[in-house]
Amino acid sequence: MLLRPYLRLLALCLAMLTPLAASAQTLDELVARLPDGSYDDRAAVVAEIAATGDPRALAVLEALLEGELEQRNSDGRIVIVGGTRRAPTGTDALTGEELGELGRRATERIRVNNSLRRTIRTAMGVMTLRDPDPARRLAAAEAALRSPAVEQLDALDAAMQAEELDYIREAQTLAHAATILASDADTETKIEAVGVIAGAPALTVQSTLNAYRAAEDPALAEAVADAIDAAERRQALWGQAQNLWFGLSLGSVLLLAAIGLAITFGVMGVINLAHGELVMLGAYTTFVVQETIRTHAPEYFGWSLAIAVPLAFLFVGAVGVAIERGIVRHLYGRPLETLLATWGVSLILQQAVRSVFGPTNREVGTPDWMSGAFQLGEMTVTWPRVAIVVFSLTVFFGLLLTMRYSAMGLQMRAVTQNRAMAANLGIRTGRVDALTFGLGAGIAGLAGVALSQIDNVSPNLGQGYIIDSFLVVVFGGVGNLWGTLAAAMSLGVANKFLEPWAGAVLGKILILIFIILFIQKRPRGLFPQRGRAAEG
Amino acid sequence: MKKLLLTTALCAGVATGAVAQEDPIRVGILHSLSGTMAISETTLRDVMLMLIEQQNEEGGVLGRPLEAVVVDPASDWPRFAELARELIEGEGVAAVFGCWTSVSRKSVLPVFEELNSILFYPVQYEGQESQRNVFYTGAAPNQQAIPAVDYLLENGVERFYLAGTDYVYPRTTNQILEAYLMAQGVAAEDIIINYTPFGHSDWQTIVSEIRDFGSTGRPAAVVSTINGDANVPFYNELAAQGISAEDIPVIAFSVGEEELAGIDTGPLVGHLAAWNYFMSVDTDENLDFIDAWHAYIGDDSRVTNDPMEAHYIGFNMWVEAVEAAGTTDADAVIDAMIGVAVPNLTGGISSMGANHHITKPVLIGEIQDDGQFDVVWETPGLVLGDEWSDFVEDSAPLIADWRAPLSCGNFNTETGTCGGSEMAQ
Repeated sequence: MLLRPYLRLLALCLAMLTPLAASAQTLDELVARLPDGSYDDRAAVVAEIAATGDPRALAVLEALLEGELEQRNSDGRIVIVGGTRRAPTGTDALTGEELGELGRRATERIRVNNSLRRTIRTAMGVMTLRDPDPARRLAAAEAALRSPAVEQLDALDAAMQAEELDYIREAQTLAHAATILASDADTETKIEAVGVIAGAPALTVQSTLNAYRAAEDPALAEAVADAIDAAERRQALWGQAQNLWFGLSLGSVLLLAAIGLAITFGVMGVINLAHGELVMLGAYTTFVVQETIRTHAPEYFGWSLAIAVPLAFLFVGAVGVAIERGIVRHLYGRPLETLLATWGVSLILQQAVRSVFGPTNREVGTPDWMSGAFQLGEMTVTWPRVAIVVFSLTVFFGLLLTMRYSAMGLQMRAVTQNRAMAANLGIRTGRVDALTFGLGAGIAGLAGVALSQIDNVSPNLGQGYIIDSFLVVVFGGVGNLWGTLAAAMSLGVANKFLEPWAGAVLGKILILIFIILFIQKRPRGLFPQRGRAAEG
Repeated sequence: MKKLLLTTALCAGVATGAVAQEDPIRVGILHSLSGTMAISETTLRDVMLMLIEQQNEEGGVLGRPLEAVVVDPASDWPRFAELARELIEGEGVAAVFGCWTSVSRKSVLPVFEELNSILFYPVQYEGQESQRNVFYTGAAPNQQAIPAVDYLLENGVERFYLAGTDYVYPRTTNQILEAYLMAQGVAAEDIIINYTPFGHSDWQTIVSEIRDFGSTGRPAAVVSTINGDANVPFYNELAAQGISAEDIPVIAFSVGEEELAGIDTGPLVGHLAAWNYFMSVDTDENLDFIDAWHAYIGDDSRVTNDPMEAHYIGFNMWVEAVEAAGTTDADAVIDAMIGVAVPNLTGGISSMGANHHITKPVLIGEIQDDGQFDVVWETPGLVLGDEWSDFVEDSAPLIADWRAPLSCGNFNTETGTCGGSEMAQ
């Protein structure tokens, strides 16, 4: 009887001590258990690691998430692997001791899969809600929003109070509201939380609130339904803006692919079926430039595209001049022969590239400054697309100015309008022909640099664009650069507005039918060339 | 046509003594080396040449050396049929290893039937076919697609976006998958099927549709039968719009190590593929195969993939069957093929079924940042290819059994009759 209070006290002391004692020894034990068992076992261990509250746990979990946590075969030690793939170096995951070079195949990676990655992110979120690093705090808030856990409510509250950066506090507020919805708070508080979430981007509103649509409380269910409806309306409205943007960015790709053809076919009248392969050569130039930079000066990788642009223009332009001097110039005025000859050239170029670089795709990297996306209202705008729109418009206006204001542009127009007269005035027409064709080819090369960022760099790259390019030039009106711009953009936008309801296959067919009918009615395209040049 | 024929005698180096005196056995290789399919098929030509070279080093077959006859059908379907005829009639080959697309296989089927020869077809396909002269060493839908969605269902996925290229393989596979998912209790509004043209390069609209589809708070996944080159821009767009595998995983049936070679896989980590073989599988057979491949091709960075393993299995089966039959005569070899068992590269023994399909394990792999796959799930045992899907009404009662006395590719178990060859087309 007398012992009882003592026992109770002892039990209490033990209860208080155990977690401390446990964390002191078990982080090591837990980490040692990570490599064993299934993914589910590993998820359980991850949760336990997070619960230890050990400050070293974060680094371990972060390495596990990134796939950098490995077990050394020789002694079973868990190491964080860094360095390069060929010469990996290790640090002890728990002590931070530098272990130097590990040697290849000396370690076995601790594997993670998607559901385990989610578990790790949630576990890390709990630990990093108040981390000094803002990026980690934001990630923690986002993880808490994705999988709201009631136990985290107080921690979120405290983090919100302490937060100084507005955008992080916003994310925390959202996570807090989502957590309240998951808790057993009263209806009023929950409706308030729905109000907070309703202000978020539409997709967040839907993914967070959909689960509460069938809430037992009618008032709450109604508030949820209203918030989702409002989000859907907003999204539908922005959907149109998004379609327009997608259309313009598709239009820019078409414009880039077609603009070189607008010179060779539009201005010179050469049916150049090798145009697509010239684009492909531009893409391979980018690949070669990047490979060279990767092996010799990896620190300049961010500049690789800027270096590839002039090189692609010059190289492909030179190929164009060679094609013109070697083949096309003997065939002026014979469109059928030109068509067959350039088709032959396209096959030769394809197979040449296949022989040199192999038939498989080549990897062309995207510099860091060009990757990622940003949110504009309810739509996501990706940086590579922005870059392509800007690039293609720059190329277009650059070309327009060259044709209109430079001496070479003047000569080009003179030769194509009246060859005999131009020759009489002392213009070397042969040279101008070669340069014009080279200019068109060089611009195809520029298109290749841009397309290497969104399409695969393979010998077949050009085939996908040749038909579209001719469509754009013919639809816009042969010989008219503005027509090419208008045609590319309107085809792009029409395509993207048709696609959501007609599907990609039918959409493409509808566009083709439209162009066929249009050309029947107006054979010279949107903006026919006027004046004497059009008759010749 | 003669110009295209490139005959390669590979036995020269080792063929000494008795082996050299015998007439070589000729083996046809019918893979596109130019045109759009060259990207996938050239590798298969190379792996066949390697296998034949290895076999010759071991003394050939029936004491006779093997001789490869390589032709280039140039990704042109009617050309496949012409060259198949040329190989069998003109070159007198004992068996042909070839084709990639279903349409190329369909175009050569009548030729193999008419001239009674043997074709080994190494690519995963839509099933609904079993032909006496063809041995299907790639996966049927039940060896790839069905286990893949099983894995997703097991992981709690409730909504499915089936994205495919618009041709026969995705259409049939998606038809089977839709019926299967419905049978598993997935509601019709939770399944979307979308088709895109060949070589589709602008994925903005579809990827944003997928993002919307996956933002209902219920787990969603994409099942991709997108073919060939269209995959690179698709994955690039997924990465650009920030869709990670943790939110909406994409499981693909046509994306292997070779296809990933052209992409920066950093942002794709965790997306899935279902195959019967991955290069990363850690078995002695596989490591030997990879070493031999690297030595043969002279490039350590070349990857191996599933259809290469299919040819490895198919070729070894053919060698066994010819040795067992004691002749290269097509009828004898076709009969001897059934029941032949050879080791595959994933540590098991694959055997040829009476329906001319083989047993294989099904592996699900997650893409890693080095362009390889990490196996996260596999079937407990090997699965026999099911030629006629049980989930499509018309084909459910059909079976194929090429053993005497049935000898039928589409036997209807309900009516008890052999359905005639028009069903197999």
